Amino acid sequence: MDPARKRTVRLVVALSAAVLLAAALVYTSFSASSEARSPSQLLSSAQPGKTYQLTGKVVAGYQRSGTTTNFRVRDRSGNISVPVRYVGALPDPFRAGREVIVDVRKEGGVFVGEKDSLVTKCPSKFTAEKT
Amino acid sequence: MDYVVIFVVLALVVVVVSAPLRSRKREEAAESAERAELEAARDAKYREIRDAELDFRTGKLSEPDWRALDRSLRAEAVGILRRLDDLPTSEGDARFP
Amino acid sequence: MVAGRACLIVALGICLYGIGASVYGARSGRREWVASGRRAVYALAGVSLVAFLILQAAFLRSDFSFALVTSHSSTTTPAFYRATAVWSSQEGSLLLWLTLLSLWSSLMLFATRRRLREIAPYATAVLLGLGGFFAILLVFYASPFERTIGPVPAEGVGLNPLLRHPSMMIHPPMLYSGYTLFAVPFAFAVGALVARRLNADWIRHTRPFTLTAWFFLGMGIVLGARWSYSELGWGGYWAWDPVENASLMPWLTGTAFLHSAMIQEKRGMLKVWNASLVLATGVLAILGTFLVRSGILESIHAFGASTLGVPFLVLIALMTAGSVYLVATRAPQLRAEHRLDSLLSREAAFLLNNLVLVLLCVVIWWGTFFPLISEALTGHRHTFGPPMFDKLTVPLAIVLVLLSGIGPLIAWRRATVANLRRNFVVPVGVGVAVLALALALGAGSRPDALIMFAFAGFVVGGVGQELVRGVRARRVMAREPVPLALVSLVRRNRRRYGGYLVHVGMAVVFVGIAASSSFAHERDVQLSAGDSVRVGGYTIDYVRPTAKLVAAPNGRLERIDLGADMRVARGGEAPRLVHTERSYFPSVGPMLGPVSRFFEGESTSEVGLRAGLERDFWITVAPDTQRLDARVKEGDRVFTRADKAGALTDTERNELLGQALSGLAGSYAKNPPAATFRVLVSPMVTWIWLGAIVVLLGALIALWPSPRAVGRRVTAAYAARVGREARVPA
Repeated sequence: MDPARKRTVRLVVALSAAVLLAAALVYTSFSASSEARSPSQLLSSAQPGKTYQLTGKVVAGYQRSGTTTNFRVRDRSGNISVPVRYVGALPDPFRAGREVIVDVRKEGGVFVGEKDSLVTKCPSKFTAEKT
Repeated sequence: MDYVVIFVVLALVVVVVSAPLRSRKREEAAESAERAELEAARDAKYREIRDAELDFRTGKLSEPDWRALDRSLRAEAVGILRRLDDLPTSEGDARFP
Repeated sequence: MVAGRACLIVALGICLYGIGASVYGARSGRREWVASGRRAVYALAGVSLVAFLILQAAFLRSDFSFALVTSHSSTTTPAFYRATAVWSSQEGSLLLWLTLLSLWSSLMLFATRRRLREIAPYATAVLLGLGGFFAILLVFYASPFERTIGPVPAEGVGLNPLLRHPSMMIHPPMLYSGYTLFAVPFAFAVGALVARRLNADWIRHTRPFTLTAWFFLGMGIVLGARWSYSELGWGGYWAWDPVENASLMPWLTGTAFLHSAMIQEKRGMLKVWNASLVLATGVLAILGTFLVRSGILESIHAFGASTLGVPFLVLIALMTAGSVYLVATRAPQLRAEHRLDSLLSREAAFLLNNLVLVLLCVVIWWGTFFPLISEALTGHRHTFGPPMFDKLTVPLAIVLVLLSGIGPLIAWRRATVANLRRNFVVPVGVGVAVLALALALGAGSRPDALIMFAFAGFVVGGVGQELVRGVRARRVMAREPVPLALVSLVRRNRRRYGGYLVHVGMAVVFVGIAASSSFAHERDVQLSAGDSVRVGGYTIDYVRPTAKLVAAPNGRLERIDLGADMRVARGGEAPRLVHTERSYFPSVGPMLGPVSRFFEGESTSEVGLRAGLERDFWITVAPDTQRLDARVKEGDRVFTRADKAGALTDTERNELLGQALSGLAGSYAKNPPAATFRVLVSPMVTWIWLGAIVVLLGALIALWPSPRAVGRRVTAAYAARVGREARVPA
């Protein structure tokens, strides 16, 4: 096989491999991912058993009993909130008014948080603390 | 006070930045790009020669393979040196690369 | 304050002038304009340093007429944190970025002032362009020199307590140094492409800067991970957070470049690839800076959507478009001088290494931006979390470690096959031994960790073999005693042995990561005083609660610490006392009661960490402050009553507050509600930090300049000259 043909073959093989890998990546990404939802979106269209990534602000007046915390998460700008039950230690910056990200699954009337998925956004390092 | 600082800073900046434009001094002979290229290539070739020897001494190359490689590397180095010496020299002879 | 702002305006002017001067000088060949453009960079460094120092001084003397000082510092902040609070703000960090950028640029341009004649002017223009961008932001969008609105307050808001840790204050400058240092090779790559001079000289000057940038960025990343592990209450060191990823990506492409640059040096190949890598690294560095500030991705670091997102996006688009254009138009002229001699060569191993590193970067980039991409494609934001990231990156990391073990065992150009087989015996043996050891220690349940351990053993075995053989060779040649032989071996081959050490360090890091993530025991548990629990082979007794008040240097109450003393024992060992606590800092909200504000502000964890070579014991506590509510409200009432007519002086108020809080603390210590503990027992975490130190040591060795070959004027034959000169470096 002359070198030019060899090069073309190599190129085709490499490109096909790349395309296949990319396709695999895209496929697994979508199947392993969870949709990001705000509380109002969750309320309107959450399917039980499916995991969503909930983002919103913690509503004041949450209850902790033992390692379980029951809190509500509301829209960033709005008052619609959903109840979340989370088992496990709370992150250091967790408090009312803070933005959180948590993977939840609808179970009955409450959204159960997945273990270790609760992330509280560091209070704005770049804007003044306004508490 | 603030304004004094501003003035001093501004003055310094202007002086520093415009110095080359005001200077009558002739810019020292430029090291031509070709020379710099060749010197970099030469240094890299020297490093290759040393690396090859170290590869041989640490058992990665057999002696015949090393000798062949060493010969061709040295030939390449000689080629670079020839081209270096063919360059017009504008500076003195004893110089550090 | 006016002086500071004026400095920034002057800085902007310098940038604009410098760009014009450099480009004009380059096009017209008038070198005095090029020199002036270079001096503009020096001037920029000076001016931004002045501005930075003005801000720094304001912080140190707690000048609350500066809005920034008021919002990020206070009189109760210790001096060290006052000094470092400068970059805890958006504006301050931008100023730090500009200062660092101009400093490194000045350094590079000074070092190359007689060289890279055709490239330097364009590089200068690019660097000043970047500087100008930041100057524009600082002058028009985010000025650090704003005056406090209204009367100058007596006290500032204070530094976020989460940031009050040495690592946290060194982490940003380290990262910024890494990012800004990467801007320099970026600029020189652009210059080289514009001038069509992408050869050995460009590599020779770019490499040290890239290596230094790689060093600082790596340090910044490790410091961040260490801080997260030892200071935050979640116990992890890496969360695949977008901002974390953004700092890792340029580091990966930088690593790739450091390897493929060597191929270009030796064979004149991969010129386009190398240029692309350097350009990508620069863009990724800016991308990292952008992600922290833009709020476009959900991240624990996303510090609020700011107005700076759009300008950064424009810059990134410009840089990317420009890079692609330059590479596309220059590529045809940047012919490779040679081809690969053999697939069985170190060059081939480096090519594979590049492939893996770039794949890693692509995969991480994909995961980081997946929310945006999926939203663009499907209308809904999708994200995937750490498990998916792990699934994608772990196999690549394993291959990478394997490659880093193979590289040292293969010769440049073309390895002798018979020797190759022989060279693999010892390293493979070590790998197998490590595998057996790991199996014996019970690691069989995690094949991915096992493979990583084995490959790491392979790497260490290979480097060990190289050292032994190298020392032996040196002794044959120079008859030196072993220690001296080792030192001179490394000194004469800094790049090689520095690189080997980096590989060993990385192997150790990966072993630590594999062990601590595969075999950790974690438990969140609620305990009352006197309770006991078993986790990961440890018996943990909650001995007693602790409570204390901590005063700031100026006498005011800084925080309340509520914690726990734990007795921890493992197997038959003597039990040890481990202490952990939560610190509660008061909030400055005006509507809060004087006692309750202490529980509405920030709280940080003081981790009870017992680190060891074999494993770390890690514990945090979250006291149940809700149970204290009644007493807290009582304290508020008593306090406001006593202070109703403004009857109390400051000292009296402080005293009363102290009393109220002591009472509170006392009651917590005497009758504590059950508290929630998180216990983490992870094996070999310390290996990560130790490995990182080894990596940095290796980088230092590789970076250290070796004495250049001294040119000699000879009349002898060329061949002899080659022989002599190739031997010379001391």
